[in-house]
Amino acid sequence: MFYREAGDFKTSYTDDSQTFPIKFDRYRYYAVLVAAFAVVPLVIDDYWVNAVFLPFLIYAIAAIGLNILVGYCGQVSLGTGGFMAVGAYAVYKLMTSFPEVSIFFHVILAGGITAAVCVLFGLPSLRIKGFYLAVATLAAQFFLVWLFNRVPWFYNYSASGQISAPERTIAGVPITGAETAPWAAYLFCLVFVTASALIARNLTRGMAGRKWMAIRDMDIAAEIIGVNPLKAKLSAFAVSGFFVGISGALFFAVYLGAVEVGEAFGINKSFLVLFMVIIGGLGSIFGSFAGAAFLVLLPVLLKNTLVGTLGWPTDLAAHLELMIVGSLIIVFLVAEPHGLAQLWRVAKEKLRLWPFPH
Amino acid sequence: MKQKLMATALAAAMVAGPALADLTVVDTSYRTGPYAANGIPFSDGYQDYFTLLNERDGGIGGEKINLVECETGYNTEKGVECYEATKGEGGGALVYQPLSTGITYQLIPKATADGIPLHTMGYGRTSAKNGAVFKWVFNYPANYWDGASHAITHILNENGGDISGRKIALVYHNSAYGKEPIRTLEELSKKHGFELTLLPVDHPGQEQKSQWLQIRREKPDNVIMWGWGVMNQVAIQEAVNIRFPMDQFIGIWWSGSENDVKAAGDKADGYKALAFHNLGDDYPVYDDIQEYVVDSGNAAGAGDQIGTVLYNRGMYAAMLAAEAIKTAQEMHGTATINAAQMRDGMENLEMTEEKMAALGLPNFGPEFSVSCENHGGNGFGAVSQWNAEAGEFELITDYYQSDQEIISMLVAEDSAAFAAENGIEPGC
Repeated sequence: MFYREAGDFKTSYTDDSQTFPIKFDRYRYYAVLVAAFAVVPLVIDDYWVNAVFLPFLIYAIAAIGLNILVGYCGQVSLGTGGFMAVGAYAVYKLMTSFPEVSIFFHVILAGGITAAVCVLFGLPSLRIKGFYLAVATLAAQFFLVWLFNRVPWFYNYSASGQISAPERTIAGVPITGAETAPWAAYLFCLVFVTASALIARNLTRGMAGRKWMAIRDMDIAAEIIGVNPLKAKLSAFAVSGFFVGISGALFFAVYLGAVEVGEAFGINKSFLVLFMVIIGGLGSIFGSFAGAAFLVLLPVLLKNTLVGTLGWPTDLAAHLELMIVGSLIIVFLVAEPHGLAQLWRVAKEKLRLWPFPH
Repeated sequence: MKQKLMATALAAAMVAGPALADLTVVDTSYRTGPYAANGIPFSDGYQDYFTLLNERDGGIGGEKINLVECETGYNTEKGVECYEATKGEGGGALVYQPLSTGITYQLIPKATADGIPLHTMGYGRTSAKNGAVFKWVFNYPANYWDGASHAITHILNENGGDISGRKIALVYHNSAYGKEPIRTLEELSKKHGFELTLLPVDHPGQEQKSQWLQIRREKPDNVIMWGWGVMNQVAIQEAVNIRFPMDQFIGIWWSGSENDVKAAGDKADGYKALAFHNLGDDYPVYDDIQEYVVDSGNAAGAGDQIGTVLYNRGMYAAMLAAEAIKTAQEMHGTATINAAQMRDGMENLEMTEEKMAALGLPNFGPEFSVSCENHGGNGFGAVSQWNAEAGEFELITDYYQSDQEIISMLVAEDSAAFAAENGIEPGC
């Protein structure tokens, strides 16, 4: 009915290759943006921001970052937790060393530092592939966590080895620390999410993204047609590291406020983000959001339903939650191995033909 | 994604039901995950004591206690979610007992900003003892640094007061929790001249072969352990495997419960652990718990933990919270206290032998009093020992005080650093 290209004429290449070619999609996208930026901050409270929105937004950035590496460039990484830790510790060192610089730049710089570290650990990818590369990045995960636990300089010699974010403000509004208003933390992360998604989307459909995908689909063929594997693979590691670093920085500074590296950035985190990417859909920006939403929001929703509404014992609910989320992952992957993004694509395809499918 | 968000919104809106104006106490428990074996008995004890007060006395000062449980899994992210979800419950939560040092670090700034007291009994941030800086955090009756000093004093007493040149190894959970005693032990090693070896064990602690191999190689005279959850069982099993003398092996109070030693069987006999309250179920209050809680079918969990070390500790924590509520009610002349009044109650709490005997817990814990300068009690503790044949821990020493000279210096130092970092003006 309303969901079609018919009548929506494109007269330039720019129009033709835009992200949302269908008018309805485009307006829906604007509506989401307006709601996210103008409506949500007005109604959001402590619980919503700390239990729902911040984890969702921050994991979405991490998933975008990992999706570039795994989904677009085909380089399997199990080091996401370690790279998030790099972002967190980088932003902590920057915050405490240069308190006069705005936290906004610290977060971006932390992303840059993580990109450099990520490139370093990406070097083996030039010689090893597939599962072997996964094992090499796993080494990064364990090494980085060990490093941050071991070298007191990273946690400013605090007795407990914890890092905690001091209060930092932007234009007088606290962004980190306990006095942060829910809307401020939310908007700060939202800006980074929006920018990350835009950058990632445009990188992946440009020359860089095409090179990554060529490497992913068949690296020898890509090399023969003139893609430099060194540059393509390392740039994917760098871009991925940048986003993962930003998410780690936000995770520590804005969301948790105090972090213990082994617990917050352990191997579980690497798997969690990898599952988000796989469930959401490899090689899709929307998939990163869908995967993050699935794995962050579903447990909270289940807990609230089982404990809050039905009044079940908390331990029973916690065990059931694991079983339900686990079985849903299997069901989703059996029904659609390409993830939630593919389901969404199929749904849109059907919607276009509706109500007269052939 | 949008639909999902909306569904979440709907569900949460349904959850936020009407609030009851009772005395709301939150139990952030963990009955799942690698630390569940220790989390369950503590939570059962904590809940059963409040159930007892509700059933027997009709609450505290005529007000029923509304106990809210939230599962954290010992995970800081879930801990934050729990805190945010429950802090407004029933007109505002009165006190949090996170039972996790990681979550405590997380909550110290948040709870301070929200004005809700934290009671981190025998764990958490040790320098919170300084109430002039940590206005909303309490860690009475004892803290980690007291524990470190208790262990060393015990070794001193065993060896005629001279431990210079002795080798002592610390096996610790490689986290904020396990790292807490290091500073104190370093200071004490300077003072008493023993040699300290540090052996970190990574979360969750199932893999300790290399640490115990090192112990076998270096042959320390004593091993002190800062473990929790599955790490305790594994460490004690490993110590048995390398035939380390169990009476030279001392755990912190979080490494001394039945489920930690039982897995290692009879060989674990003689293992020592610190304690800051008494053990066993030979107290009048247990008759009441049997009558009002267990027999009426209101026991928390499976009801099979009653009388275990951690059950006692949970009950002790609940008892201290209840006494603080009573103190606050008397101070402010109202039964329905809020979180700020609760804080006053905790700060003026005084535990005497008469009080404990009246509660049915004679000689259960050390006497102490809290003040604005001292949120940590007087640092009394004792040593308990596992008797495998009887299947119970027994106190083998009287309560004794920790090395206050070193600890108060360290507390002042660390809390001053915290105050400077966070721009807090210390003052009472």
